[in-house]
Amino acid sequence: MRVLTPTNVEEAVAMLAVEEDLIPMAGGTDLLVHWPEHLEARERGYLDLSGVESLRGMEWSDAFLTLGALTTYWEVVTDARVGREFRLMVEAARQVGAIQIQSRGTWAGNIANGSPAADGVPVLMAYGAEVELASAGGGARWVAMDSYYTDYKQSVKRPDELITRVRVPRAEYEIEVWEKVGSRRAQAISKVGLAITKGDEGWRVVAASMAPTIRRCAAIEKLLTKEAAINRPEDLLKAIGKDVSPIDDLRSTAAYRELTMARVVYHALKGRVSFVT
Amino acid sequence: MKRLEGNAKLLGREQYVDDLQVEGCLWGMTVRSPVARGRIKEIRFSPEIDWSEFVIVDHRDIPGANEVFLIEKDQPVLCAGEVRHVHEAVVLLAHPSREMARKGVRGVEVVVEELPAALDFRVEAEPARVQWGEDNSLSRLSINKGDVEAALASAAHVVEGVYESGAQEHVYLENQGMISWVDDDGVVVVQGSMQCPYYVLNALTHALGRDEAGCRVVQAPTGGGFGGKEDYPSNIACHAALLAMKAQKPVKIVYDRGEDMASTTKRHPSRVRHRTGVDESGRLVAQDIEVTLDGGAYVTLSPVVLSRGIIHAAGPYSCDNVRINGRAVLTNSVPYGAFRGFGAPQTLFALERHMDVVAKRIGMTPEEFRRINLIRDGQSTSTGQVIDDGTDRVGVMERGLELAAYERKREEHASFNATHDYLRRGIGFASFYHGAGFTGAGEVYLASKCHVAGLADGTIEVLTANTEMGQGATTVFLKIAAEAAGVDVSQVVIATPDTHRVPNSGPTVASRTSMVVGKLIEKAIDDLRAQIGAAADAKGAALTDAIRAWCSSNGAERVVGRSEYEKPPEVVWDEKTYTGHAYGTFAWATYVAEVEVDLRTDDVRVIDFVAVQEIGKVLNETLARGQIQGGVVQGIGWALMEECKWRDGAMANNQMTNYIIPTADDVCPIRVEFMENPYAHGAQGAKGIGELPIDGPAPAILNAVADALDVEPTAIPLTPEHLMELAREAHV
Ligand SMILES: Cc1cc2nc3c(=O)[nH]c(=O)nc-3n(C[C@H](O)[C@H](O)[C@H](O)COP(=O)(O)OP(=O)(O)OC[C@H]3O[C@@H](n4cnc5c(N)ncnc54)[C@H](O)[C@@H]3O)c2cc1C
Repeated sequence: MRVLTPTNVEEAVAMLAVEEDLIPMAGGTDLLVHWPEHLEARERGYLDLSGVESLRGMEWSDAFLTLGALTTYWEVVTDARVGREFRLMVEAARQVGAIQIQSRGTWAGNIANGSPAADGVPVLMAYGAEVELASAGGGARWVAMDSYYTDYKQSVKRPDELITRVRVPRAEYEIEVWEKVGSRRAQAISKVGLAITKGDEGWRVVAASMAPTIRRCAAIEKLLTKEAAINRPEDLLKAIGKDVSPIDDLRSTAAYRELTMARVVYHALKGRVSFVT
Repeated sequence: MKRLEGNAKLLGREQYVDDLQVEGCLWGMTVRSPVARGRIKEIRFSPEIDWSEFVIVDHRDIPGANEVFLIEKDQPVLCAGEVRHVHEAVVLLAHPSREMARKGVRGVEVVVEELPAALDFRVEAEPARVQWGEDNSLSRLSINKGDVEAALASAAHVVEGVYESGAQEHVYLENQGMISWVDDDGVVVVQGSMQCPYYVLNALTHALGRDEAGCRVVQAPTGGGFGGKEDYPSNIACHAALLAMKAQKPVKIVYDRGEDMASTTKRHPSRVRHRTGVDESGRLVAQDIEVTLDGGAYVTLSPVVLSRGIIHAAGPYSCDNVRINGRAVLTNSVPYGAFRGFGAPQTLFALERHMDVVAKRIGMTPEEFRRINLIRDGQSTSTGQVIDDGTDRVGVMERGLELAAYERKREEHASFNATHDYLRRGIGFASFYHGAGFTGAGEVYLASKCHVAGLADGTIEVLTANTEMGQGATTVFLKIAAEAAGVDVSQVVIATPDTHRVPNSGPTVASRTSMVVGKLIEKAIDDLRAQIGAAADAKGAALTDAIRAWCSSNGAERVVGRSEYEKPPEVVWDEKTYTGHAYGTFAWATYVAEVEVDLRTDDVRVIDFVAVQEIGKVLNETLARGQIQGGVVQGIGWALMEECKWRDGAMANNQMTNYIIPTADDVCPIRVEFMENPYAHGAQGAKGIGELPIDGPAPAILNAVADALDVEPTAIPLTPEHLMELAREAHV
């Protein structure tokens, strides 16, 4: 194992430019899970981000809440202001693993890891967040979370790019929902994850563990925008069928995921909007 | 009294196998079978690895018999020619570096010509898949009482049901591990995580072709067992010893979680079929029960698991006509082995779920139906064992229902369920019993021995082969010995189980340790008094002074009191007809579960749990409560979450992420109450309690789910996915 220890972003992206298969490391909670078995992973080079101070902390501006690439779940859980303005971020963070993981794991790591079952990503996507990707020579671009993933564990991020910041636009929401369906109440990977918001820009419905990537559900959003009458969970199944493609795996079944998603969406909105009864 | 080794464990100071630093130790690893069944054609060693750095052992290096010594000797220590399950041990490697050893394992390919495997114990094996006897039956046992067919023919109601349970992984905190070395006298020493040092010793002498003096087994601090360290440690101990003998260096084998889950034993999957006859008044008149267990690839302990399973299958009820046919079947999976409860949880799950199904069918409440049928003193169990202990079994049930506010909850649930959008609540219970100690004549065969030594300074040393594995055995032994000798616990020491020092007091299994071995400690102290000529009631200073005086006048460092198990005269068991005293005594219990089902997710949450049991005598309140609560949590996992998923005969979810056990957040407060009715042949009157608490939760919880919803679940684990299917079937 070889570890590089940059102290600022320029240095970090310069290192990535030279050696594109370096593995950035933030909290390490994803990277180290299979450490004992993945012998080949030990021969790789690691880019330890922990010394890059500018990647830490949160910042508020008029328009955005901005997280650094090293911001952890625990920082969000313990921040009252985030709790007031972005309730779902706190709710989701509290349900990541358990306290040990919440205090090491980062939002950026969750995004970069690209798991379709991630719990941080759906709420960010439902709040219309954007990710900053930086590269050598001062290059940086902002990418909307909902166009970040391209396929299972694939994204628009190039190997020479580093996630440096995540910004969440400040806005008012009438409806904010986060539901994690796991196989137990803590230390569980989502079988179904759902984040729903409705604000000035309309509905955002985000599903996790339902497709190769976490994604917006356009058909459900359309139903909700049209205010189509929804009288029972099954009324959502057609739209769900268009939006996502769940699978049978070690954790659950496609049939379970589909029906559960329908029921969770239904009950989350029932009585809160006039057309869901 | 606090746990003897509690602080060391809390502070992380306990030295488990993986923590023990041994000079010049090599890392041992295991190359395993890639398929469920086949003939080994070739073993290929990758040319990219420098094999001269490795110590390599295969079946040809076994000096004794290539057999793991147990009931039948059908399981090889290392496969020779044939493999019977995925992950079966074929070749062993050792290397000074753990990482290189791991790489080595990946550099060995076991080439196998596949043969048709038997993967489902519920289907009759076609001839090509038969590997044991005529039909893969590893064992068949039956119990017959009265005339079942006649009673069924004349019964007012006959109710049938089929119940199934899945494999369960032990998930002890500490994975399996052993260290072995050859000492200066040429003795092969094995130190490791285990429940039964003498089982390991027997396995070593058999496979290494040595006598007991040539092998020595020492228990290391053991991080949980639950039965998983009853039989499997014999395999890994032989492996470590073979490597150490060939290497002439110490060798340590410690499994990682994935390897441990994939390749070691689990709870037997089961299918139980009931046909029950009831008369007009709700009295049981016939119980016709068929029990099938999946035994896995080798016989191992399946015949005795089946035995305990069928003996508990008819439950704590009086019925004059009982027929129980049991069968354990070979399949090409890891051998199913000992696991807390040992067959009884499976058959009691089926029975107690079925009791509710029957009650409903005949229009009675579960409690009325059980009240009528629970064994009263003077009535007998299915084996004809007359129960006459004076315990008020109906009272145990009533107390459980009272503590759980059963009646009130039922009313509250009715209105809650009528109004809530998507939550449904229900309450259910199970009444059950668990026989303590070995079955039938088992304790007689064991002929357990115990020593208590008086040392020259007056200290009392207790020597048994029984192991502390987290359950608190040494703390309880300390208390039993201190109270029997009338001394402070600081004057008593418990010897580390080491087969060169301690006598064979039998395995630490079957809820026998406190009850049976605890009693032997008391008797050995009596013998110690006799040896030194102290009065039969000498206690405290009178006893320790007498020990000191005896040692000094005899110039001895110690004087040893001895005891050996003696069968209580009333315990009479006929192995051929399966009649008589199956157990010296039973603990009796009623567990009540309240659940909340989320109709959005089909998730079942246990929101209240009451466990009432009569256990003879509580030896240590905290430890006893801990045993019950731990068992209930394990039962909740078995009932609702823990599911081994199989792919071509191998466990696919052999990781803690995907094999779901409950976390602290998944468990509600577990309210425990004890009743005491001392048992004459148990230490201070105690009966065994280690296994009892795993018997009740699954049926209580499923009965509560049936109460909450309009479904009749019959299989565990009842995961949300399974409940969703069940609800769909029920409502189309
Ligand atoms: C016990 C346990 C429980 C868990 N439970 C949950 C859960 O409930 N929900 C959940 O969503 N996740 C869970 N996880 C996964 C993990 O904790 C989260 O995904 C976490 O957010 C990862 O953050 P990290 O900082 O630890 O990432 P790391 O492990 O450091 O990195 C993860 C990936 O992101 C890359 N990366 C990290 N930072 C950057 C960057 N700035 N730029 C580019 N690439 C980067 C790394 O190269 C790596 O590929 C769990 C993990 C464990 C071990």
